[in-house]
Amino acid sequence: MTEKQKLVVVGNGMAPGRMLEKLLEQNPDAYDITVFNAEPRVNYNRLMLSPVLSGEKTYNDIITHDDDWYDENKITLHKSGRVTEIDRARKTVTSKNGITAKYDKLVVATGSNPFIIPMPGHDLKNVLTYRDLDDVEGMLDMANKGGRAVVIGGGLLGLEAAAGLKAQGMDVTVLHIMPNLMERQLDPAASFLLRRAFEDLDIDVRCEADTKEIIGSNGKVSGVRLANGTEIEATTVCMAVGIRPSLELARQSGLECNRGVVVSDDMRTSDPDIFALGECVEHRGACYGLVAPLYDMAGVIADNLLDGSSEYQGSVMATKLKVTGIDLYSAGDFAEGEGREEIVLRDASANIYKRLVLEDNKIIGAVLYGDTGDGPWFFDMLKKGIDISELRETLIFGQAYQGGTPLDPMAAVAALPDDAEICGCNGVCKSTISDKIAKLGLTTLEDVRAHTKASASCGTCTGLVEQLMTATLGDAFNPNAVAAMCPCTDLGHGDVRRLIKAKSLKTIPEVMQELEWGTSCGCAKCRPALNYYLVCDWPDEYADDYQSRFINERVHANIQKDGTYSVVPRMWGGMTSSKELRAIADVVDKFDIPAVKCTGGQRIDMLGIKKEDLPAVWADLGKAGFVSGQAYAKGLRTVKTCVGKDWCRFGTQDSTGLGIKLERFMWGSWTPAKLKLAVSGCPRNCAEATCKDIGVICVDSGYEIHFAGAAGLDIKGTEILGNVTTEDEVMEYVVALAQMYREQGFYLERIYKWTKRIGLDEIRSQIMDQPERRKAYYERFVFSQKFAQIDPWDERVSGKDKHEFKPMATINLEAAE
Amino acid sequence: MNILAQIKVEKWVEIGKLDDIPRQGSRCISIDQKTIAIFRTKDDQVFALEDKCPHKNGPLSNGIVHDGCVTCPLHNWVISLATGEAQGADEGATPAFKTKFDGDVILLDIGTFF
Repeated sequence: MTEKQKLVVVGNGMAPGRMLEKLLEQNPDAYDITVFNAEPRVNYNRLMLSPVLSGEKTYNDIITHDDDWYDENKITLHKSGRVTEIDRARKTVTSKNGITAKYDKLVVATGSNPFIIPMPGHDLKNVLTYRDLDDVEGMLDMANKGGRAVVIGGGLLGLEAAAGLKAQGMDVTVLHIMPNLMERQLDPAASFLLRRAFEDLDIDVRCEADTKEIIGSNGKVSGVRLANGTEIEATTVCMAVGIRPSLELARQSGLECNRGVVVSDDMRTSDPDIFALGECVEHRGACYGLVAPLYDMAGVIADNLLDGSSEYQGSVMATKLKVTGIDLYSAGDFAEGEGREEIVLRDASANIYKRLVLEDNKIIGAVLYGDTGDGPWFFDMLKKGIDISELRETLIFGQAYQGGTPLDPMAAVAALPDDAEICGCNGVCKSTISDKIAKLGLTTLEDVRAHTKASASCGTCTGLVEQLMTATLGDAFNPNAVAAMCPCTDLGHGDVRRLIKAKSLKTIPEVMQELEWGTSCGCAKCRPALNYYLVCDWPDEYADDYQSRFINERVHANIQKDGTYSVVPRMWGGMTSSKELRAIADVVDKFDIPAVKCTGGQRIDMLGIKKEDLPAVWADLGKAGFVSGQAYAKGLRTVKTCVGKDWCRFGTQDSTGLGIKLERFMWGSWTPAKLKLAVSGCPRNCAEATCKDIGVICVDSGYEIHFAGAAGLDIKGTEILGNVTTEDEVMEYVVALAQMYREQGFYLERIYKWTKRIGLDEIRSQIMDQPERRKAYYERFVFSQKFAQIDPWDERVSGKDKHEFKPMATINLEAAE
Repeated sequence: MNILAQIKVEKWVEIGKLDDIPRQGSRCISIDQKTIAIFRTKDDQVFALEDKCPHKNGPLSNGIVHDGCVTCPLHNWVISLATGEAQGADEGATPAFKTKFDGDVILLDIGTFF
């Protein structure tokens, strides 16, 4: 057996990822493969940085190839391995971190670098680019601090960055040197609509703005100055003026370079054993920065690595803007010219603009704004050079209109030819998808994405793919197979929480409208969840919707199987007194309460109270100083304590006092599910803190903070968050942890389940190791408590929600006779 | 079987005004040792059901009102406000009563009690 050939890939972006897939698909055993990645990561989808920036997705959502994938395919991946040298004579590459690998075939895919205009101030701190995940993290950091961001560049990247920064709460100004936004992809009319849409997002857009200088003080950005003398204050500048192929490595290795690494049609560089791929390439004088042509090149290289003879012929491109709420599509050439005609459709009320440019009865360019559904259809005809003279009258109305009556979208998909392109990013045509569905028995969107890549990049063709799945599978396809929040929506809890923040949705009807709820007013599953999310996210602005709360939280008592209620007054830290006990005894006698019981959380429960008696019971309890124990709440329940060093011969700290302090600070707060705490005075742990949602164990040297325990449906000991030395620190860390859970937990998800989902290390790192984050969580909790710490019993004794407790009428049958 | 005994005579009584009931909420009526729950939907329709879930007698008046249905607070059965029938896979029904408006005054048909 001869030794396998060695393939080395320099760069780990989307293009080489695709090339490896194509190669492995055709022959998984042809090469020993080694990949060098300058970033410390696996392969992720760069197109999706915008949703990460705006908060609609997370990094994990956009990973395309994880560690397992490299393992399974026996590919050696060197993360943080920037290649600094290619020795063409000995056929080796060497990375900055000292790894040398031998190659028989080499693929150079070094990508591109963001172009930085060398204006004065370009090297100040807080001047960012928008290119990789590090940039996004830098921008999110800046956005957390607030202030104004100036984005230089009104092209695709600049606008996506601007919308993302705005969604993160910054004030944003876009400076564009040309008269029209995205002038390379749009005509002036669409550009105008786009500008207006951005201005509606409250983004300040300035065209023909020539930035001369970034002004700074103490090495940090303080603003920018334009050529006309205007100054704009800013805390951050994002430069998004374009990209330049990254050539250094290729050039110093003696490969022929011009604007990019020069390749011939077979994608070989001037060295026949070295291919170049992606944004670093110059082919027939053109450099490409969009994903579709890069994927075309990837296919050609994969084939030629297996002794094929494929040729790359250059690409016509279509562009989509990935900003939520703005639909924009452009393809081909749309300049006016001799012999060219155009068809334009404007619908001002619906904010729709469509323009097709024709030459010799063929589509050569298309710009769509507002309604982009027909983009792929026009693009398909453009690429194939189809004669449209027969369709001409109705062409602009789109595919669904052809044939006289509008078709439903399902029929439109079914009518597409087999080779029609469904996914533009990944170049997947209709038959590829339907064949794979049939051959592999695929039934979920995730499976189709995994096997065909359709809708796996920018995701805008997801709807089309789903329609195609329905057309192919019929009822066997359930597009809602993802864990939806409830039958009213396809969205999961995580999506809903992110979108509430990202789109600033502040009422339940607004959420249902914007997120396209399938029912008119939700159901008993989603309404309480939405009510909680809104209470948590907008504590000062949202008006709690009581009709969307379960009965226990609506009447502030626990419903029992016979329709009576139980009442649990708060006993801070489990401490009580003769006065309190006497008041309870009196209430029990007066209202003839049938059962009195001690709870597991060190409280007293009175059971069997009639609903209409509740306000009178509370009035008597209130006179003795009792407030609601909130034993019914998805919120802070009890803080259980032991007697601590006041009494116990083993006690190391004042566990009772600390428990009371925590309870007084945190009572009234709503949480995703119930939240129970305990404080034990020594490791003997009499308060059973190690099976609580949050527990504290006092030790000689301070306090051990625990969390994520369970002793209900599941039994689970707590995890240790960390150790602190003072009571004040306990307060800050515990409260910060509770707030993190409040902001991220799904409704009815206990803290141990949330921890499992988010990861112990992530929580520990944010609370223990990132003081700024911890303090911000703490501050947000304190702010929200201003609106939460109102005793609900006292309110109802004073007359609030009277209707809940009194019958509307009592009808006497004899009188009615 | 006596056909006449099955003919119900309507008997309407005033029970209160629309605004006495919160939107997407409910109030109760006591009559002849029974409780009738009066529901008001988001679009101001009014329905009346005996305040007893067909499953385990849960007080439907304490449930969450949504899309012409109420979800029982005890075990989440979903009951149609118009017919009293359990929705989905559950089977059972609770008696429903007719309501109508005279201006903003709600009238309830208690003919079945006679």
